[in-house]
Amino acid sequence: MAKSSKPILWLPFAGGGLVSALITPALILVTGLLVPLGLLHLPYDKIAGFAHNPIGKLILFGVVALPAWHAAHRMRTTAHDLGLGAGIPVKLVCYGSAWLMIVISIVALLSV
Amino acid sequence: MSRRPYLRTVERNWWLSRRRYVVYMIREVTCLFIALYSALLTDGLVRLAEGQAAWDSYLTAISSPPGVLFQLVCLVFATIHSVTWFGVTPKAMPLMIKGEPVPPQTIIRAHYALWAAASLVVLIAAGV
Repeated sequence: MAKSSKPILWLPFAGGGLVSALITPALILVTGLLVPLGLLHLPYDKIAGFAHNPIGKLILFGVVALPAWHAAHRMRTTAHDLGLGAGIPVKLVCYGSAWLMIVISIVALLSV
Repeated sequence: MSRRPYLRTVERNWWLSRRRYVVYMIREVTCLFIALYSALLTDGLVRLAEGQAAWDSYLTAISSPPGVLFQLVCLVFATIHSVTWFGVTPKAMPLMIKGEPVPPQTIIRAHYALWAAASLVVLIAAGV
């Protein structure tokens, strides 16, 4: 069978699609509505404490990185659908932005 | 690569010609808002790592009118993503139990139940 990098791109796409379908609306409800309305508070001590915990780090990373990867992959196929081609520039913008978020979030989480 | 595949020219607005193409494109475009919200969260992690003052200014920024407006737009598209994602699950991962195919509606309903549970977990974790 020919070697293909597709599963490597596909698995996190599906995983990220599922994670963001299940989690993202509730997260936005928290950060975009409940916190601004003052119904909910996200005190520094509590969130930093959560991010100190290795499992907390992993959860926060998954919540940021998986949807980012999902979005990058779908953005690439949509660019193709719009006739923007599937060349290196499109891949660089789509996967590059996801990689940027992944690296920045890892660095941030490790230094919390 | 030496081969030069033939690329058919594509009209940029082909998807406007039919309703179901528009619906398809709305579904695909949700990814842009998922990405933007991920960027907002990434920024949050950076501010969290920078300390109390940076975190507090982040909370102020996401609570500002432009911050809220941006996130409400993201919320609309994130919800469209959830609904359309769950809608295709029976086709993306058809399930067999004891040799019998699970009805598509059952798979979709199970995902909605999971969505409700996951949302509840997020809200409880956030301190509702």
